[in-house]
Amino acid sequence: MGAFQGLKRALSMDRQAVIDEVLASGLRGRGGAGFPTGRKWQFAYGSQSDTKYVVCNGDEGDPGAFMDRSILEGNPLAVIEGMMIAGYAIGAQNGYFYVRAEYPIAVNRLRKAIAQAREVGLLGENILGTDFSFDCHLRLGAGAFVCGEETALLNSLEGKRGMPRPRPPFPAVKGLWGQPTIINNVETLACVPYILREGAGEFASVGTERSKGTKVFALGGKVNNVGLVEVPMGTTLRELIYDIGGGIPNGKKFKAIQTGGPSGGCLTEEFLDEPIDFDNLVAKGSMMGSGGAIVMDEDNCMVDVAKFYMEFICDESCGKCTPCRIGTKRMLEILTKITEGKGTMHDLEELEELSDTVKTNSLCALGQTSANPINSTIAHFKDEYIAHIVDKKCPAHVCKSLMEYHIDPDKCIGCGKCAKGCPANCIERSDYTAPGHKLASMKINTQECLKCGNCISSCKFNAIEKR
Amino acid sequence: MSTVNIKIEGIPYQVENGLTILEAAKACGYEIPSLCAFNHGECNAASCRVCLVEATGARGLVASCVYPVAEGMEIKISSQKAVEARRRSVELLLSNHNKNCQQCDKNGQCELLHVANVTGARDDAFAGVHSETYLDTLAPGLVRDTSKCILCGRCIARCNNAHALGILGFENRGFKTFVSPAQNRSFAESPCIQCGQCVNVCPTGALMEHSEIGLVDAAFRAGKHVIVQAAPAVRAALGEEFGYPVGTPVTGKMIAALRRLGFERVYDVNFGADLTIMEEGTELLHRLTEGGTLPMITSCSPGWVNYAELQYGDLLPHLSTCKSPHQMQGAIIKSYWAKEKGIAPEDIFVVSVMPCIAKKYEEKREQEKVNNIPDVDAVITTRELARMIRKSGILFNRLPDEEWDQDIMGDYSGAGVIFGVTGGVMEAALRTVYFKLTGKEKEEIVFTEVRGHEAGIREASIDINGTTVNVAIASGMRSARVLLDEIRAGKSKYQFIEIMGCPGGCINGGGQPYVRSCFLPEEDDNILDTYKEKRAQALYSEDERQVIRQSHNNPQIIELYEKYLGEPNSHLAHELLHTSYAAREKFPEK
Repeated sequence: MGAFQGLKRALSMDRQAVIDEVLASGLRGRGGAGFPTGRKWQFAYGSQSDTKYVVCNGDEGDPGAFMDRSILEGNPLAVIEGMMIAGYAIGAQNGYFYVRAEYPIAVNRLRKAIAQAREVGLLGENILGTDFSFDCHLRLGAGAFVCGEETALLNSLEGKRGMPRPRPPFPAVKGLWGQPTIINNVETLACVPYILREGAGEFASVGTERSKGTKVFALGGKVNNVGLVEVPMGTTLRELIYDIGGGIPNGKKFKAIQTGGPSGGCLTEEFLDEPIDFDNLVAKGSMMGSGGAIVMDEDNCMVDVAKFYMEFICDESCGKCTPCRIGTKRMLEILTKITEGKGTMHDLEELEELSDTVKTNSLCALGQTSANPINSTIAHFKDEYIAHIVDKKCPAHVCKSLMEYHIDPDKCIGCGKCAKGCPANCIERSDYTAPGHKLASMKINTQECLKCGNCISSCKFNAIEKR
Repeated sequence: MSTVNIKIEGIPYQVENGLTILEAAKACGYEIPSLCAFNHGECNAASCRVCLVEATGARGLVASCVYPVAEGMEIKISSQKAVEARRRSVELLLSNHNKNCQQCDKNGQCELLHVANVTGARDDAFAGVHSETYLDTLAPGLVRDTSKCILCGRCIARCNNAHALGILGFENRGFKTFVSPAQNRSFAESPCIQCGQCVNVCPTGALMEHSEIGLVDAAFRAGKHVIVQAAPAVRAALGEEFGYPVGTPVTGKMIAALRRLGFERVYDVNFGADLTIMEEGTELLHRLTEGGTLPMITSCSPGWVNYAELQYGDLLPHLSTCKSPHQMQGAIIKSYWAKEKGIAPEDIFVVSVMPCIAKKYEEKREQEKVNNIPDVDAVITTRELARMIRKSGILFNRLPDEEWDQDIMGDYSGAGVIFGVTGGVMEAALRTVYFKLTGKEKEEIVFTEVRGHEAGIREASIDINGTTVNVAIASGMRSARVLLDEIRAGKSKYQFIEIMGCPGGCINGGGQPYVRSCFLPEEDDNILDTYKEKRAQALYSEDERQVIRQSHNNPQIIELYEKYLGEPNSHLAHELLHTSYAAREKFPEK
């Protein structure tokens, strides 16, 4: 209902009025940093050029996040409409969708939607009888995380290697093919038709003081209801995790929630009643990001979590600038050392120094934020780091080098099921038979053990534990 | 020129608007350590993150190599934060760098080592594994050793700027990133023309010439008659390696040094250049008067010849069949000279000192042999010569000025000298063609129309006895391809074209001394804009000092033809002094 009514209204207004409407709505970029969308448009509007572009960033790269995919699959026309309104506002003639090729359904539906919009004259010359002409184009990305960074995305769109450009010049001044360009995320553009149709006030009636509207999260991890949820800005983390997410499975204890993906940080129990908004999450040491929200419970090792994200970043670093290319590798090496029980307290210091260097020195946001998971886990869970380093223990029993499987000889009835399923053939019968048991208990040769966990899942008597 | 007021460390300065902080700081007397930045934004990747400073109006530290100055900006270069950040970037680079500096030929001229010293970076600040590395030694001209590469991207930028060739690019990503020709091929298996422009800009030892000093040493050990010949452009730049101001000709000291290095004869390639003009001028006359393939294009730049064979195989008949001057001279040394001296050609080892690294490829071509004996046995660059001189303990600056060996092939004309400058071959040839067509020397001997040093195309129409000869010159393949596409389309109006592989010609060859403002504190800030002109001027001044300024007036050339070759383009001349070309695959099967 109401499709393209937002565009219709926008075209009846002058360009500055459209930008003012978006400014008044308080819409902020949904892609990560939360930059006010209207201000971005204002910059591009103010850049003098006959050729301008709108680019839609559909290179959703956070592990586990799929908000943009669902919007592109569910309502591609809303994004097209948002792009057209943006195009009208800044004076662009063409828009480019940059969508990762791993989203074939989204790509097909978007392609179809563009074709249909062209067919009925919603895209092309003199749209809705006005002198506004605009067309949309679709480009596929190969799925590099860094191409979500807007200047790397522009390079990729131009057919170059996806590496970020130094700023200034900002894309609003010199973007795609050197022309003024705005780059907006899928979810951001999808909000725009609503704002123009219903008015800025209606959009701004939801949310907090400085974060308006709703936000879609990809809720995942140790939570009962995983999936996409759209919540008003200002919803608390507790509401998100317990009311909507249905709490933590198996009666486990909540440990932390990671928002903002690999660029974000983790928030602990004490922050559960904090309202979700752009500035508040940053103030608490994390960030909104594009909407990834991964819940962790007592079975998660926070050093391992930091290592996971660092592996991701290290893999996805484009390799252009020194701190991100080499610094993230060095941080990963130290984290690996710690999780293997080979770390020293000096390593921890060096890790903190390195994270500071990479943050300060990196060229783009990927590097600048890459140490956030480390910083926030050190801030909230330094004791876990110290346990790995000093006690050579992983409190959550996740880090394999620091953990052993053990069969409790008094619980084990000696059925031998664990031994049958052991790929390393390292479980054998002991010479101890517990009182009341007919068979001698099993025991694990920890030298040979691969720590695969098969035995634990096959034991019906809860006789095997990690320690 | 509008200006802005800035402050550096609290001291007010007025600087040109539009400059980067790095440039503005330099103009105010500050050298901010930097690595990837090169030559006014030729490379502006801002990727090394070494030149970080604090600047008001910016969030966090900024890369001074790309960040523009603005009115009222306050810049802090020496704040604790900036100093530490710069040091840390260098330390990270060092943690993934092959630090065998003692064995590295770049030692002493390495910018990474320089910024490490300046920033106080420790080479062991960060421990960790190194990226997988690749060593490409297959190409005769240049060696790529990614273990020393800092991924600044200068080489990529230079290859594109000079030639629009794009031979080099980044492969892989993240920590595994390396610079390479496509598919991690060798230079030898790519359309690389081996000009060495990338070597000229590399800050470390990642790209180097393929050194042939070892071949020369071996020849001495084997007791060969080791003859050396030096190209004109070498004398205009060698001094830079020993602290002379850019543009100081050091001909006499270079000769003295070559003698002290033990070479049996020290010859000037200018004799060969005069010979080339005799042959090439005659060839042009033939083509003009007897309906040969026109325009004729010069063939003395092996970088250009490589490009022609790789990219314009259909235009090879346009290339002059003349060998390049040092190859001609090598062929004469191993025939005429050998005969005069009574030495077997096999016992002679000819070393060419060249501003060029494509010559290392050229010297090994099958087409550059006579009776299966190569005309030239080793090519060393200007830089390699400097290294040999240093290694031998010769105090170059204290050497006396000496003269070339004068027997048989010591004389040369001014025309030969200017071969080292773009437009020089054309000018030298026209002096002789004019004489041949008119029987008179051209009064206005300097063809300023075609003289120039910047990359770009220049053209001229020369009136010779009422006949107009249209000529053009280009240096660097980016401009050359414009002329070549015209020929391909049948729209070229020229009869004679000079093409040089390197922008600016041989004075800016891939084997010339590195020009780095951080190592040249006495030179102007804009030395990267002016060094080509200064080196060219050194050659022009030598031309003007010559009594004989036309190749056909060189008495020893006249004698060579009278006693041995007969006449230009004679059968024997063809056998010794001319060559052939063949189209090559850009990406041959590995």
